[in-house]
Amino acid sequence: MVGLLLFVATAASASAVDFTRDIEPILKRNCYGCHGAALQQNGLRLDRADDALRGSYTGPVIVPGHAASSKLIEMVSSGKMPKTPRKLTADQIEVLRKWIDAGAAMPASAMAVKTSSTHWSFQPIVRPVPPVVRARIRNPIDAFVLAALGKKGVAASPEAPPATLLRRVSLDLTGLPPSPADLARYLADTRPDAYERAVDMLLHSPHYGEKWARHWLDQARYADSDGYEKDSERPWAWRWRHWVIEALNADMPFDEFTIEQLAGDLLPNAAQENLAATGFLRNSLANREGGVNTEQFRVEQVMDRTATTSTVWLGLTAGCAQCHDHKYDPISQRQYYGLFAFFNALVNLDQPAPLPGEHGTWMRQWPVYESEREALLIRYNMHALVEEWETAMRTVAVQAPDNSRAQFAWKNLGNIATGLQDVVLLDRNRRSRHLHDQVLVYFVDRGASDLFLKDRLGAAKFDEFKKAFRETRKKAPPVTLAQTVHENWIPRQTHILLRGDFRNPGVAVEPHTPAVLPPLPAGAPPTRLTLARWLVSGKHPLTARVAVNRAWQEFFGRGLVRTSEDFGKQGEPPSHPELLDWLAAEFMQPKSARPWSIKALHRLIVTSATYRQSSKSRPGLAGRDPDNTWIARQSRIRLPAELIRDSALAASGLLNPAVGGPSIRPPQPKGVAELAYAGSVKWNESTGPDRYKRGLYIHFQRTTPYPQLTNFDAPDAAVACSRRQRSYTPLQALNLLNDAVFFEAAQALGIRLVQEVPSGFRERLIRGFRLTLNRDPAEKEVESLARHFERELLVLRDNPREVQSLAPDVLDRAGRLETAGWVVISRVLLNLDEFLHRE
Amino acid sequence: MNWPQFQAIHHRRKFFEKFTGGIWTAALAHLMQSDGRAGEETMLPRKPHFPARAKNVIFMFMEGGPSQLDLFDPKPQLRKYEGKPLPDSLTKAYGSKLAFAQPNSAVLASPRQFRKWGQCGTEMSDWMPSISANADDICLIRSMHTDAFNHHPGQLLLFSGSTQFGRPSLGAWTTYGLGSESQNLPAFAVMVSGRGTSGGVTNWTSGFMPSPYQGTVFRSSGDPILYLSNPGELSQKTQRVTLDALREMNEQHMVSSGDLAIASRIASYELAFRMQSHAPDLLDFSKESPATLDAYGLNQEITRPYGTNCLLARRMVERGVRFVLLADASWDDHSELNTKLKKNCDRTQQPIGTMIADLKQRGLLDSTLLVWCGEFGRTPMVEHRGENTPAPDKVGRDHHPFAYSLWLAGGGIQGGRVVGATDDFCFYPTEDPIHIHDLQATILHCLGFDHTRLTFRHLGREFRLTDVGGAVVKKLLA
Repeated sequence: MVGLLLFVATAASASAVDFTRDIEPILKRNCYGCHGAALQQNGLRLDRADDALRGSYTGPVIVPGHAASSKLIEMVSSGKMPKTPRKLTADQIEVLRKWIDAGAAMPASAMAVKTSSTHWSFQPIVRPVPPVVRARIRNPIDAFVLAALGKKGVAASPEAPPATLLRRVSLDLTGLPPSPADLARYLADTRPDAYERAVDMLLHSPHYGEKWARHWLDQARYADSDGYEKDSERPWAWRWRHWVIEALNADMPFDEFTIEQLAGDLLPNAAQENLAATGFLRNSLANREGGVNTEQFRVEQVMDRTATTSTVWLGLTAGCAQCHDHKYDPISQRQYYGLFAFFNALVNLDQPAPLPGEHGTWMRQWPVYESEREALLIRYNMHALVEEWETAMRTVAVQAPDNSRAQFAWKNLGNIATGLQDVVLLDRNRRSRHLHDQVLVYFVDRGASDLFLKDRLGAAKFDEFKKAFRETRKKAPPVTLAQTVHENWIPRQTHILLRGDFRNPGVAVEPHTPAVLPPLPAGAPPTRLTLARWLVSGKHPLTARVAVNRAWQEFFGRGLVRTSEDFGKQGEPPSHPELLDWLAAEFMQPKSARPWSIKALHRLIVTSATYRQSSKSRPGLAGRDPDNTWIARQSRIRLPAELIRDSALAASGLLNPAVGGPSIRPPQPKGVAELAYAGSVKWNESTGPDRYKRGLYIHFQRTTPYPQLTNFDAPDAAVACSRRQRSYTPLQALNLLNDAVFFEAAQALGIRLVQEVPSGFRERLIRGFRLTLNRDPAEKEVESLARHFERELLVLRDNPREVQSLAPDVLDRAGRLETAGWVVISRVLLNLDEFLHRE
Repeated sequence: MNWPQFQAIHHRRKFFEKFTGGIWTAALAHLMQSDGRAGEETMLPRKPHFPARAKNVIFMFMEGGPSQLDLFDPKPQLRKYEGKPLPDSLTKAYGSKLAFAQPNSAVLASPRQFRKWGQCGTEMSDWMPSISANADDICLIRSMHTDAFNHHPGQLLLFSGSTQFGRPSLGAWTTYGLGSESQNLPAFAVMVSGRGTSGGVTNWTSGFMPSPYQGTVFRSSGDPILYLSNPGELSQKTQRVTLDALREMNEQHMVSSGDLAIASRIASYELAFRMQSHAPDLLDFSKESPATLDAYGLNQEITRPYGTNCLLARRMVERGVRFVLLADASWDDHSELNTKLKKNCDRTQQPIGTMIADLKQRGLLDSTLLVWCGEFGRTPMVEHRGENTPAPDKVGRDHHPFAYSLWLAGGGIQGGRVVGATDDFCFYPTEDPIHIHDLQATILHCLGFDHTRLTFRHLGREFRLTDVGGAVVKKLLA
């Protein structure tokens, strides 16, 4: 009886703990500041039942019915929480304890989960109706721009002169200036749509893909080496670049372009080119320093892929949420790791991706090589040893780190070979034949000697076998490989990494997208493929806005959103929000073109009157709109690093216009590559026509980039670069004046002028102007340069060695002295500010 | 200065747009005088937040992680443990992070002799006598610690305050803060010796700042600055004609296009031309006394490369170069430490000792901050990668980020002082632990900056060198 009474009393007092009356005031006063609606430190939110029970990034903090095992009680009774000087009293802790022991009942929150934001870029894209304007417009772009200008009482600029316009649009679409013949043809074309015809020609040029590939390469942080200390060469990185050029030239729609690069491997019946597209994800840096923790740098690659995808498609700086909830944008740490999870189980593999012409030979000769190789393995009885090595590797893979030789061998396998740790885990008959061959090659080169002691290998006649194997391997038909990714056959559970530290996993997270954005399609598996399709579903508020803004930026020198990499709250708002949305809507669902056609978007922009305006500075306007935000004129834009070299090569006739293919190494001064770690980088100068290929093909070594690229603000390929800087430095001047590449171009141009134009200073100068600036010189300019030409001839007359050096070839048409003079004039033309700009 | 201010300077030139006709020339002349000093307004000399002693920095980066146990932090106690493993309580800290050594590897005592140097009596080893002779000007820190275990991440943290890529380096922050004093030379110069550092260009990058803040590499062979010499036999007279023609043409085009930014282009060509004549002067040692050349070690094979860089560093500072980075590689002595470390000391210590004394004698030490450091230190245990402990002449040490030493001198630093101490194993600091961010905050303080206010806006927020940490270490200051 007494016992029963006691029980009732306890139950009564426990049930007497009421959340609203007893618990909420304690939590509100002491906890909600950091774990409430405004802030969820460590992911913990206590003011809503479901969140409170889910817990923090480290796990649950309330275990209903078990106060003793609830972290909340532990934290408040140890005084670790709250972090403010005022701690909870013993009574308060006791009440909390009772409440949890009694089941931690909380009223279900009436609040909806916060999935919306009022920030402009997260709002759905609704196609605005172009405003009606009085002025003559060429397409709706002009209506938006002119309506805004009208409100400010400013008129648009007149159209640029035809020559300026053709130079501008040629450089913008193909990255190459028009030839004098192109220009003459254009100027002679009197049809009303002459300009549109020229634009269509340029859009069909194979150089279009090169120009726009470079812009995409910036965003993809493309490089031909790993980065970090070792900075090993990536001999097959270019195969992805090749894919990009071809995709752009074929006007692959942006939705496909996106899906293939992010998830080409997951497409049903993924073809070779789908796999080659995933090279996008392979552009992450890789640290192969001898002593690195492979897991740490695997995680870094996942983080890099998450951040890059976010910057490139969402225009959001998700990287902040790697360590803590984003301070400005609605991306919690949980949501960041939700995105991270899509990329967390990737294997890097280098797979055959033969170019046209390679395929037949490869298919024919590979089996011949393979059978010879197998015969060799049998002759030396190596299968058993290979099997033993593989088994050892698999065993280490599941064991805790120890000090064994096998551990050392396993670590090297991860560090030195690409993806082979994962391939070795894969059953042999599930490996492609080429991947199995890679395993064997690694085994022979490194794996065997890492694992087996010398006497063991000696007994197996390994050295003799190795020699024979290498001879046989030489018979393997060479084939182009592509850097690809593959979803790992062993799934990997993602955890929140506390403070971004790979050694501090918190709670488990499934792949998911930020709540503020539209949900993934119901029922779709949460894979990379679904993520990629979601980005280009047409309902996504960011993808199209971000993409059209970047295109605009390339055509006008600044985006409608100036911060083209940041559409979040800290980015700048759009200068023409309706125009941005109209372009985005038109890009996705055009009235009269294919959806997501990049070429159609570019054509739309360059055929607008807004684009065709003069770039001349307007007195009076500069003070009101110094940054040309209103677009009352075009902008003068300094050419990017690659196009400066391309232009010089094109003007001088040296350019090799071949499209696609491996990277090239133009001459660079001795000592540049040697700055790399331990002199590991070799710069074997390209000889023959390769050295005159366009700038986007220049081998990019991350730790010692080609100096001309760095001097002219090319990005460092460490993180996605959405917009380049444009600086003026003396190093640029030295570069253009004195670099062997540009001097050679000046010599070639000088000789070209002398050869192509029989005589006359003025005539030759006109030719020089047309080749470099795509216009004729003004009278004043002819006078200036004639004066300097005469001065220069006086200098040269006394210095035959200089003449010899400037004009090494003896020419029929002009004396060597005069040719040398023209080399000097050509050098002036190739250094003019106007030559370095498109106006 | 932040972005808006930075842009304000840029827009100031738009002021000239109201001039027309003949006044253009005057406007241009004015522009050349005021803004065009370094070819770029970003390089205008600027005042720091508060008056400061240091105006220049010579940063001696010893890449790889020099062994503090064999140079700066005597641990005779280690002899007792020689050959035995460290206490378990310590080795746990490594977790699985050690690069090559095993946590249970045997303790390796240093065979070096340490003795007291100078009036102050700072203890340093016998391998750097010329540096140690300046002990009274040196502030030795024994309690440095960093977050990174590997070389490149360690160097990223040391130079840019973060192990993430893309941030500006210390030299870039310095030139961004102070601008350039030199009209004829780059503000931030880099000289590399040895085999090449693993951080490469990230140690002197401008990151997300404009590229003029990037370090300019002075090379030891060929052109000292890339493309400094005229191509082929092209004479300086021809170069002048070329520049005159360029200038005239560019000025005409500035008038017709109305783009005043062309003035920057013109100015950058003129600076390039001045560099062509002044850089060779910088390299011309003929006016240095034979005694100076000898003291810098230019007459000996082993010291000549680093000695040349030290002498150049002094001459650069004299000519107003703001930040000189001497990057030397490699001090990463995983094996044969007793041979390799000795050789590195022999290559560098005499020139450095001479440079300190030379700067002092010329009255430049007070305004020049010297920093000597690696990206981390080395373990108290021997490193072995296979099963066997290496032979005594092959022993080396692994990377150790928890405690290591470095020294500072000149420019507002208190000489003759030792700051911080470590435990018996040189494993953790026991006094005054100093993080990389604290070091960076202190360096900026010496240059007159509050490290929390020297910021650059990028991706919608203000970034700073010290990320979200760092405190000025008052004990280091004079």
